[in-house]
Amino acid sequence: MAPTTAPDLVGRAWSPQPDRPMVTVHGLHKRFGPLHVLKDVDLTVAAGEVVVVVGPSGSGKSTLCRCLNRLEVASAGRIEIDGEPLPAEGRQLARLRADVGMVFQSFNLFGHRTILDNITLGPVKVRRIGRAEARKQAMALLDRVGIADKADRYPAQLSGGQQQRAAIARALAMRPKVLLFDEPTSALDPEMVNEVLDVMVSLAAEGMTMIVVTHEMGFARRAADRVVFMDDGRIVETAPPDEFFAAPRTERARDFLSKILQH
Amino acid sequence: MDALTAHLSVLGHGLVTTVQLTVVTTIGAMLLGIVVATLRISPVPLLRTIGTLYVEVLQNLPLLALLVLFVFALPQIGIQFPLFTSAAIVIAAYQGAYLAEAIRAGINTVGKGQAEAARAIGLTFSQSLRYVILPQGLRAVIQPIGNICIALLMNTSLAAAVGVVELTQAANNVNLVEAQPILIFTGAGLAYMLLALIIGQFTGLLERRLAIVR
Repeated sequence: MAPTTAPDLVGRAWSPQPDRPMVTVHGLHKRFGPLHVLKDVDLTVAAGEVVVVVGPSGSGKSTLCRCLNRLEVASAGRIEIDGEPLPAEGRQLARLRADVGMVFQSFNLFGHRTILDNITLGPVKVRRIGRAEARKQAMALLDRVGIADKADRYPAQLSGGQQQRAAIARALAMRPKVLLFDEPTSALDPEMVNEVLDVMVSLAAEGMTMIVVTHEMGFARRAADRVVFMDDGRIVETAPPDEFFAAPRTERARDFLSKILQH
Repeated sequence: MDALTAHLSVLGHGLVTTVQLTVVTTIGAMLLGIVVATLRISPVPLLRTIGTLYVEVLQNLPLLALLVLFVFALPQIGIQFPLFTSAAIVIAAYQGAYLAEAIRAGINTVGKGQAEAARAIGLTFSQSLRYVILPQGLRAVIQPIGNICIALLMNTSLAAAVGVVELTQAANNVNLVEAQPILIFTGAGLAYMLLALIIGQFTGLLERRLAIVR
Protein backbone atom coordinates (compact mmCIF):
# COMPACT_ATOMS: atom_id res chain seq x y z
CA MET A 1 0.00 0.00 0.00
CA ALA A 2 1.37 3.40 -1.00
CA PRO A 3 2.04 5.83 1.83
CA THR A 4 -0.64 8.44 2.06
CA THR A 5 -0.96 11.73 3.90
CA ALA A 6 -4.71 11.54 4.13
CA PRO A 7 -5.92 10.46 7.58
CA ASP A 8 -6.76 6.82 7.09
CA LEU A 9 -8.84 4.57 9.26
CA VAL A 10 -5.74 3.01 10.74
CA GLY A 11 -4.31 6.44 11.53
CA ARG A 12 -1.14 5.19 13.09
CA ALA A 13 1.43 7.70 14.23
CA TRP A 14 4.32 5.24 13.95
CA SER A 15 5.71 3.18 11.14
CA PRO A 16 5.85 -0.57 11.48
CA GLN A 17 9.26 -2.17 11.22
CA PRO A 18 9.06 -4.69 8.45
CA ASP A 19 11.58 -7.18 9.84
CA ARG A 20 10.17 -7.32 13.34
CA PRO A 21 7.07 -9.43 13.94
CA MET A 22 4.19 -7.51 15.50
CA VAL A 23 2.98 -10.42 17.59
CA THR A 24 5.05 -13.38 18.73
CA VAL A 25 3.58 -16.25 20.69
CA HIS A 26 5.90 -18.98 21.84
CA GLY A 27 5.04 -22.15 23.73
CA LEU A 28 1.78 -20.75 25.03
CA HIS A 29 -0.20 -22.89 27.45
CA LYS A 30 -3.43 -22.02 29.17
CA ARG A 31 -5.17 -24.10 31.77
CA PHE A 32 -8.49 -23.44 33.47
CA GLY A 33 -8.12 -25.75 36.44
CA PRO A 34 -7.97 -29.27 35.03
CA LEU A 35 -8.94 -28.00 31.57
CA HIS A 36 -5.97 -27.64 29.25
CA VAL A 37 -7.28 -25.11 26.74
CA LEU A 38 -4.12 -24.05 24.91
CA LYS A 39 -1.35 -26.57 24.33
CA ASP A 40 2.00 -25.26 23.26
CA VAL A 41 0.80 -22.66 20.77
CA ASP A 42 3.34 -20.87 18.58
CA LEU A 43 2.27 -18.01 16.33
CA THR A 44 4.07 -15.14 14.65
CA VAL A 45 2.18 -12.31 13.03
CA ALA A 46 4.03 -9.80 10.89
CA ALA A 47 3.21 -6.10 10.87
CA GLY A 48 0.35 -5.45 8.48
CA GLU A 49 -0.60 -9.09 8.34
CA VAL A 50 -4.18 -10.28 8.69
CA VAL A 51 -4.46 -13.64 10.40
CA VAL A 52 -7.81 -15.35 10.65
CA VAL A 53 -8.14 -18.00 13.34
CA VAL A 54 -10.77 -20.65 12.71
CA GLY A 55 -11.68 -23.90 14.35
CA PRO A 56 -14.48 -25.75 16.10
CA SER A 57 -15.91 -24.25 19.28
CA GLY A 58 -13.85 -25.13 22.30
CA SER A 59 -10.69 -25.32 20.24
CA GLY A 60 -9.13 -22.44 22.19
CA LYS A 61 -9.20 -19.72 19.56
CA SER A 62 -10.98 -17.15 21.73
CA THR A 63 -8.70 -17.96 24.65
CA LEU A 64 -5.66 -17.43 22.41
CA CYS A 65 -7.07 -14.07 21.37
CA ARG A 66 -7.73 -13.07 24.98
CA CYS A 67 -4.26 -14.14 26.10
CA LEU A 68 -2.72 -11.70 23.63
CA ASN A 69 -3.78 -8.68 25.69
CA ARG A 70 -3.73 -10.59 28.94
CA LEU A 71 -7.47 -10.62 29.56
CA GLU A 72 -6.57 -14.23 30.24
CA VAL A 73 -3.26 -14.86 31.92
CA ALA A 74 -1.18 -17.48 30.14
CA SER A 75 -0.20 -20.49 32.25
CA ALA A 76 3.12 -20.79 30.45
CA GLY A 77 4.87 -19.43 27.40
CA ARG A 78 5.98 -16.13 26.00
CA ILE A 79 3.97 -13.42 24.28
CA GLU A 80 5.57 -10.36 22.69
CA ILE A 81 3.82 -7.42 21.12
CA ASP A 82 6.02 -5.37 18.79
CA GLY A 83 9.09 -6.90 20.39
CA GLU A 84 8.00 -6.17 23.95
CA PRO A 85 7.12 -9.02 26.30
CA LEU A 86 3.65 -8.76 27.80
CA PRO A 87 4.05 -7.14 31.25
CA ALA A 88 2.36 -8.46 34.38
CA GLU A 89 -0.57 -6.56 35.91
CA GLY A 90 -0.13 -2.86 36.53
CA ARG A 91 0.47 0.35 34.69
CA GLN A 92 2.79 -1.16 32.12
CA LEU A 93 0.18 -3.69 31.15
CA ALA A 94 -2.40 -0.92 30.81
CA ARG A 95 0.00 0.93 28.51
CA LEU A 96 0.50 -2.14 26.37
CA ARG A 97 -3.22 -2.82 26.18
CA ALA A 98 -3.68 0.67 24.81
CA ASP A 99 -1.59 -0.47 21.83
CA VAL A 100 -3.59 -3.66 21.34
CA GLY A 101 -7.15 -2.96 20.32
CA MET A 102 -9.83 -5.51 20.98
CA VAL A 103 -13.28 -5.99 19.51
CA PHE A 104 -15.59 -8.30 21.45
CA GLN A 105 -18.36 -10.61 20.39
CA SER A 106 -20.85 -8.74 22.57
CA PHE A 107 -19.55 -5.25 21.67
CA ASN A 108 -19.18 -4.22 25.33
CA LEU A 109 -19.82 -0.56 24.67
CA PHE A 110 -20.08 1.44 27.90
CA GLY A 111 -23.84 1.63 28.46
CA HIS A 112 -23.89 4.90 30.41
CA ARG A 113 -21.89 6.89 27.86
CA THR A 114 -22.90 8.14 24.44
CA ILE A 115 -21.22 6.61 21.41
CA LEU A 116 -18.96 9.64 21.13
CA ASP A 117 -18.01 9.44 24.82
CA ASN A 118 -17.32 5.73 24.43
CA ILE A 119 -14.78 6.52 21.78
CA THR A 120 -13.11 9.51 23.43
CA LEU A 121 -12.69 7.87 26.87
CA GLY A 122 -9.49 6.02 26.02
CA PRO A 123 -7.80 8.81 24.05
CA VAL A 124 -8.60 11.37 26.78
CA LYS A 125 -7.80 9.29 29.87
CA VAL A 126 -5.09 6.99 28.55
CA ARG A 127 -3.48 8.90 25.68
CA ARG A 128 -4.02 12.27 27.38
CA ILE A 129 -5.27 13.88 24.18
CA GLY A 130 -7.27 17.10 24.60
CA ARG A 131 -11.02 16.66 24.69
CA ALA A 132 -11.69 18.76 21.61
CA GLU A 133 -9.07 16.97 19.57
CA ALA A 134 -10.34 13.58 20.77
CA ARG A 135 -13.88 14.48 19.73
CA LYS A 136 -12.68 15.56 16.32
CA GLN A 137 -10.84 12.28 15.79
CA ALA A 138 -13.77 10.30 17.13
CA MET A 139 -16.15 11.99 14.71
CA ALA A 140 -13.80 11.24 11.83
CA LEU A 141 -13.71 7.58 12.87
CA LEU A 142 -17.48 7.38 13.27
CA ASP A 143 -17.79 8.89 9.83
CA ARG A 144 -15.50 6.22 8.43
CA VAL A 145 -17.52 3.40 9.97
CA GLY A 146 -20.69 5.09 8.76
CA ILE A 147 -22.44 6.04 11.99
CA ALA A 148 -21.48 9.68 12.50
CA ASP A 149 -25.18 10.49 12.91
CA LYS A 150 -25.32 8.24 15.99
CA ALA A 151 -22.58 10.04 17.93
CA ASP A 152 -24.92 11.37 20.60
CA ARG A 153 -26.96 8.20 20.99
CA TYR A 154 -26.50 5.63 23.71
CA PRO A 155 -25.34 2.11 22.80
CA ALA A 156 -28.75 0.57 23.54
CA GLN A 157 -30.30 2.85 20.92
CA LEU A 158 -28.18 1.35 18.14
CA SER A 159 -28.57 -1.87 16.21
CA GLY A 160 -26.07 -4.65 16.81
CA GLY A 161 -24.18 -3.90 13.62
CA GLN A 162 -23.98 -0.22 14.48
CA GLN A 163 -22.82 -1.04 17.99
CA GLN A 164 -20.08 -3.28 16.68
CA ARG A 165 -18.93 -0.61 14.24
CA ALA A 166 -18.86 1.86 17.14
CA ALA A 167 -16.80 -0.66 19.10
CA ILE A 168 -14.35 -0.91 16.21
CA ALA A 169 -14.13 2.89 16.13
CA ARG A 170 -13.46 2.85 19.88
CA ALA A 171 -10.60 0.40 19.40
CA LEU A 172 -9.21 2.40 16.48
CA ALA A 173 -9.30 5.63 18.44
CA MET A 174 -6.38 4.32 20.49
CA ARG A 175 -4.35 4.00 17.29
CA PRO A 176 -3.47 0.43 18.13
CA LYS A 177 -0.56 -1.48 16.67
CA VAL A 178 -2.66 -4.64 16.49
CA LEU A 179 -6.39 -5.23 16.47
CA LEU A 180 -7.83 -8.39 17.98
CA PHE A 181 -11.30 -9.48 16.94
CA ASP A 182 -12.97 -12.10 19.11
CA GLU A 183 -15.86 -13.43 17.01
CA PRO A 184 -16.99 -9.92 16.09
CA THR A 185 -20.02 -10.99 14.08
CA SER A 186 -21.23 -13.99 16.07
CA ALA A 187 -23.77 -11.98 18.08
CA LEU A 188 -25.17 -10.17 15.06
CA ASP A 189 -28.32 -10.74 13.07
CA PRO A 190 -27.35 -12.07 9.64
CA GLU A 191 -28.31 -8.89 7.80
CA MET A 192 -25.88 -6.88 9.96
CA VAL A 193 -22.87 -9.10 9.53
CA ASN A 194 -21.76 -7.55 6.26
CA GLU A 195 -21.70 -3.95 7.45
CA VAL A 196 -19.20 -5.01 10.12
CA LEU A 197 -17.17 -7.23 7.80
CA ASP A 198 -16.95 -4.38 5.27
CA VAL A 199 -15.30 -2.17 7.86
CA MET A 200 -12.90 -4.98 8.75
CA VAL A 201 -12.02 -5.61 5.11
CA SER A 202 -11.23 -1.94 4.57
CA LEU A 203 -9.05 -1.96 7.71
CA ALA A 204 -7.20 -4.97 6.40
CA ALA A 205 -6.69 -3.23 3.06
CA GLU A 206 -5.21 -0.24 4.83
CA GLY A 207 -2.51 -2.35 6.39
CA MET A 208 -3.78 -2.82 9.94
CA THR A 209 -2.29 -5.81 11.71
CA MET A 210 -5.27 -7.96 12.60
CA ILE A 211 -5.91 -11.24 14.37
CA VAL A 212 -9.48 -12.28 13.76
CA VAL A 213 -11.26 -15.17 15.43
CA THR A 214 -14.31 -15.81 13.33
CA HIS A 215 -16.63 -18.27 11.66
CA GLU A 216 -16.96 -16.02 8.61
CA MET A 217 -15.14 -18.04 6.00
CA GLY A 218 -16.03 -15.45 3.36
CA PHE A 219 -14.09 -12.86 5.30
CA ALA A 220 -11.17 -15.24 5.67
CA ARG A 221 -11.08 -15.77 1.90
CA ARG A 222 -11.40 -12.09 1.13
CA ALA A 223 -9.14 -10.45 3.67
CA ALA A 224 -6.83 -12.94 5.32
CA ASP A 225 -3.17 -13.29 4.51
CA ARG A 226 -3.12 -16.47 6.49
CA VAL A 227 -5.63 -18.84 8.00
CA VAL A 228 -4.76 -20.54 11.25
CA PHE A 229 -6.80 -23.62 12.03
CA MET A 230 -7.04 -24.65 15.67
CA ASP A 231 -8.38 -27.80 17.17
CA ASP A 232 -8.25 -29.07 20.74
CA GLY A 233 -5.95 -26.29 21.94
CA ARG A 234 -3.37 -26.64 19.20
CA ILE A 235 -2.64 -24.91 15.94
CA VAL A 236 -3.14 -27.76 13.54
CA GLU A 237 -2.68 -26.04 10.24
CA THR A 238 -1.52 -22.69 8.90
CA ALA A 239 -1.95 -21.75 5.25
CA PRO A 240 -2.92 -18.96 2.89
CA PRO A 241 -6.72 -18.88 2.54
CA ASP A 242 -6.81 -20.17 -1.05
CA GLU A 243 -4.75 -23.16 -0.10
CA PHE A 244 -6.56 -23.80 3.16
CA PHE A 245 -10.04 -23.77 1.70
CA ALA A 246 -9.16 -25.55 -1.55
CA ALA A 247 -6.92 -28.24 -0.16
CA PRO A 248 -6.63 -28.48 3.61
CA ARG A 249 -3.66 -30.65 4.49
CA THR A 250 -4.96 -32.17 7.71
CA GLU A 251 -7.82 -34.53 8.21
CA ARG A 252 -9.25 -32.45 11.03
CA ALA A 253 -9.33 -29.29 8.92
CA ARG A 254 -11.03 -31.20 6.11
CA ASP A 255 -13.56 -32.52 8.58
CA PHE A 256 -14.17 -29.04 10.01
CA LEU A 257 -14.57 -27.43 6.61
CA SER A 258 -16.94 -30.12 5.41
CA LYS A 259 -19.13 -29.47 8.42
CA ILE A 260 -19.35 -25.71 8.06
CA LEU A 261 -19.43 -25.47 4.29
CA GLN A 262 -22.13 -28.08 3.85
CA HIS A 263 -25.05 -25.69 3.51
CA MET B 1 -48.85 23.28 71.21
CA ASP B 2 -47.32 25.78 73.58
CA ALA B 3 -44.92 23.13 74.75
CA LEU B 4 -43.45 23.08 71.24
CA THR B 5 -43.64 26.75 70.33
CA ALA B 6 -42.14 27.87 73.61
CA HIS B 7 -38.97 25.89 72.87
CA LEU B 8 -38.63 26.44 69.15
CA SER B 9 -35.03 27.58 69.37
CA VAL B 10 -33.95 24.49 71.34
CA LEU B 11 -35.81 22.17 68.99
CA GLY B 12 -34.58 24.14 65.98
CA HIS B 13 -30.99 23.77 67.13
CA GLY B 14 -31.56 20.07 67.58
CA LEU B 15 -33.01 19.81 64.08
CA VAL B 16 -30.09 21.70 62.57
CA THR B 17 -27.65 19.43 64.40
CA THR B 18 -29.50 16.37 63.10
CA VAL B 19 -29.34 17.70 59.54
CA GLN B 20 -25.64 18.56 59.88
CA LEU B 21 -24.85 15.18 61.35
CA THR B 22 -26.82 13.45 58.61
CA VAL B 23 -25.16 15.37 55.78
CA VAL B 24 -21.60 15.01 57.10
CA THR B 25 -22.12 11.34 57.91
CA THR B 26 -23.74 10.54 54.59
CA ILE B 27 -20.80 12.01 52.69
CA GLY B 28 -18.33 10.16 54.89
CA ALA B 29 -20.26 6.90 54.67
CA MET B 30 -20.55 7.15 50.86
CA LEU B 31 -16.80 7.66 50.48
CA LEU B 32 -16.07 4.82 52.90
CA GLY B 33 -18.66 2.63 51.20
CA ILE B 34 -17.06 3.14 47.80
CA VAL B 35 -13.59 2.45 49.18
CA VAL B 36 -14.65 -0.68 51.06
CA ALA B 37 -16.70 -1.99 48.12
CA THR B 38 -13.64 -1.45 45.93
CA LEU B 39 -11.49 -3.36 48.43
CA ARG B 40 -13.95 -6.23 48.32
CA ILE B 41 -13.69 -6.60 44.55
CA SER B 42 -9.98 -5.87 44.36
CA PRO B 43 -7.74 -8.40 42.62
CA VAL B 44 -5.44 -8.40 45.68
CA PRO B 45 -6.53 -11.08 48.21
CA LEU B 46 -5.24 -9.14 51.23
CA LEU B 47 -7.29 -6.08 50.30
CA ARG B 48 -10.37 -8.25 49.80
CA THR B 49 -9.88 -9.71 53.27
CA ILE B 50 -9.57 -6.25 54.80
CA GLY B 51 -12.79 -5.18 53.08
CA THR B 52 -14.64 -8.28 54.26
CA LEU B 53 -13.39 -7.88 57.82
CA TYR B 54 -14.48 -4.26 57.86
CA VAL B 55 -18.00 -5.10 56.75
CA GLU B 56 -18.37 -8.08 59.04
CA VAL B 57 -17.15 -6.25 62.14
CA LEU B 58 -19.13 -3.06 61.69
CA GLN B 59 -22.34 -4.62 60.44
CA ASN B 60 -22.43 -7.16 63.23
CA LEU B 61 -22.15 -4.82 66.21
CA PRO B 62 -24.92 -2.55 67.51
CA LEU B 63 -24.38 1.08 66.60
CA LEU B 64 -25.08 2.14 70.17
CA ALA B 65 -22.34 -0.13 71.49
CA LEU B 66 -19.92 1.26 68.90
CA LEU B 67 -20.79 4.84 69.87
CA VAL B 68 -20.34 4.18 73.58
CA LEU B 69 -17.08 2.34 73.03
CA PHE B 70 -15.70 5.08 70.81
CA VAL B 71 -16.65 7.91 73.14
CA PHE B 72 -15.76 6.27 76.44
CA ALA B 73 -13.07 3.73 75.63
CA LEU B 74 -10.83 5.67 73.25
CA PRO B 75 -10.06 8.47 75.76
CA GLN B 76 -8.55 5.70 77.93
CA ILE B 77 -5.78 5.38 75.38
CA GLY B 78 -5.53 9.13 74.92
CA ILE B 79 -7.68 9.56 71.81
CA GLN B 80 -10.46 12.06 72.16
CA PHE B 81 -12.60 13.96 69.69
CA PRO B 82 -15.39 16.50 70.21
CA LEU B 83 -18.73 14.68 70.71
CA PHE B 84 -20.22 15.69 67.37
CA THR B 85 -17.09 14.54 65.55
CA SER B 86 -17.07 11.24 67.44
CA ALA B 87 -20.70 10.58 66.59
CA ALA B 88 -20.11 11.48 62.94
CA ILE B 89 -17.09 9.17 62.67
CA VAL B 90 -18.83 6.20 64.25
CA ILE B 91 -22.09 6.54 62.35
CA ALA B 92 -20.22 7.06 59.06
CA ALA B 93 -18.07 4.01 59.73
CA TYR B 94 -21.12 1.94 60.62
CA GLN B 95 -23.34 3.00 57.72
CA GLY B 96 -20.32 2.83 55.43
CA ALA B 97 -20.33 -0.94 55.91
CA TYR B 98 -23.98 -1.14 54.80
CA LEU B 99 -23.35 1.19 51.86
CA ALA B 100 -20.32 -0.86 50.84
CA GLU B 101 -22.52 -3.94 50.52
CA ALA B 102 -25.15 -2.05 48.52
CA ILE B 103 -22.47 -0.60 46.24
CA ARG B 104 -20.86 -4.00 45.80
CA ALA B 105 -24.23 -5.38 44.76
CA GLY B 106 -24.40 -2.55 42.23
CA ILE B 107 -20.93 -3.31 40.90
CA ASN B 108 -21.97 -6.93 40.48
CA THR B 109 -24.79 -5.87 38.17
CA VAL B 110 -22.25 -4.43 35.73
CA GLY B 111 -21.36 -7.04 33.14
CA LYS B 112 -17.90 -8.54 33.10
CA GLY B 113 -17.52 -7.39 29.50
CA GLN B 114 -17.62 -3.75 30.61
CA ALA B 115 -14.55 -4.22 32.78
CA GLU B 116 -12.81 -6.16 30.01
CA ALA B 117 -13.55 -3.47 27.45
CA ALA B 118 -12.28 -0.83 29.87
CA ARG B 119 -9.05 -2.72 30.43
CA ALA B 120 -8.70 -3.44 26.73
CA ILE B 121 -8.49 0.28 25.89
CA GLY B 122 -5.73 0.67 28.44
CA LEU B 123 -7.56 2.02 31.47
CA THR B 124 -5.93 1.07 34.77
CA PHE B 125 -7.94 -0.76 37.45
CA SER B 126 -8.81 2.48 39.23
CA GLN B 127 -9.66 4.27 35.99
CA SER B 128 -11.95 1.41 34.95
CA LEU B 129 -13.70 1.66 38.29
CA ARG B 130 -14.03 5.40 38.13
CA TYR B 131 -15.12 5.87 34.54
CA VAL B 132 -16.87 2.63 33.68
CA ILE B 133 -17.81 0.37 36.59
CA LEU B 134 -18.87 2.68 39.42
CA PRO B 135 -20.94 5.07 37.29
CA GLN B 136 -23.02 2.11 36.14
CA GLY B 137 -22.94 0.16 39.40
CA LEU B 138 -24.02 3.12 41.53
CA ARG B 139 -26.90 3.90 39.18
CA ALA B 140 -28.23 0.41 39.70
CA VAL B 141 -28.47 0.83 43.47
CA ILE B 142 -29.59 4.43 43.97
CA GLN B 143 -32.78 3.26 45.67
CA PRO B 144 -31.12 0.98 48.24
CA ILE B 145 -28.54 3.68 48.90
CA GLY B 146 -31.41 6.10 49.56
CA ASN B 147 -32.91 3.62 52.01
CA ILE B 148 -29.62 3.32 53.85
CA CYS B 149 -29.40 7.12 54.02
CA ILE B 150 -32.84 7.21 55.63
CA ALA B 151 -31.73 4.57 58.14
CA LEU B 152 -28.66 6.70 58.73
CA LEU B 153 -30.86 9.73 59.46
CA MET B 154 -32.80 7.71 62.02
CA ASN B 155 -29.60 6.38 63.53
CA THR B 156 -28.27 9.88 64.18
CA SER B 157 -30.72 9.91 67.11
CA LEU B 158 -28.41 7.45 68.86
CA ALA B 159 -25.85 10.24 69.09
CA ALA B 160 -28.05 11.49 71.91
CA ALA B 161 -26.72 8.61 73.99
CA VAL B 162 -23.23 10.07 73.91
CA GLY B 163 -24.29 13.63 74.61
CA VAL B 164 -24.85 15.20 71.20
CA VAL B 165 -27.87 17.47 71.43
CA GLU B 166 -29.58 16.57 68.17
CA LEU B 167 -33.31 16.52 67.57
CA THR B 168 -34.17 13.55 69.79
CA GLN B 169 -32.02 14.82 72.66
CA ALA B 170 -33.47 18.32 72.24
CA ALA B 171 -36.99 16.87 72.36
CA ASN B 172 -36.04 14.90 75.45
CA ASN B 173 -34.68 18.05 77.11
CA VAL B 174 -37.85 19.98 76.32
CA ASN B 175 -39.91 17.10 77.66
CA LEU B 176 -38.04 17.23 80.96
CA VAL B 177 -39.36 20.77 81.38
CA GLU B 178 -42.83 20.42 79.85
CA ALA B 179 -43.66 16.77 80.61
CA GLN B 180 -45.73 16.40 77.45
CA PRO B 181 -44.03 13.44 75.78
CA ILE B 182 -46.78 12.61 73.27
CA LEU B 183 -46.91 16.09 71.78
CA ILE B 184 -43.18 16.72 71.86
CA PHE B 185 -42.07 13.39 70.40
CA THR B 186 -44.82 13.43 67.82
CA GLY B 187 -43.51 16.82 66.73
CA ALA B 188 -39.96 15.49 66.58
CA GLY B 189 -41.18 12.42 64.75
CA LEU B 190 -42.89 14.53 62.11
CA ALA B 191 -39.64 16.45 61.60
CA TYR B 192 -37.76 13.17 61.03
CA MET B 193 -40.48 12.05 58.65
CA LEU B 194 -40.19 15.25 56.66
CA LEU B 195 -36.42 14.82 56.35
CA ALA B 196 -36.85 11.18 55.30
CA LEU B 197 -39.39 12.22 52.66
CA ILE B 198 -36.93 14.76 51.29
CA ILE B 199 -34.24 12.07 51.02
CA GLY B 200 -36.74 9.77 49.32
CA GLN B 201 -37.76 12.42 46.82
CA PHE B 202 -34.13 13.22 46.10
CA THR B 203 -33.22 9.58 45.43
CA GLY B 204 -36.27 9.22 43.17
CA LEU B 205 -35.18 12.29 41.22
CA LEU B 206 -31.60 11.01 40.95
CA GLU B 207 -32.80 7.63 39.79
CA ARG B 208 -34.89 9.16 36.99
CA ARG B 209 -32.21 11.64 35.97
CA LEU B 210 -29.38 9.13 35.84
CA ALA B 211 -31.26 6.20 34.37
CA ILE B 212 -29.17 4.38 31.78
CA VAL B 213 -30.86 4.20 28.40
CA ARG B 214 -31.61 0.54 27.79
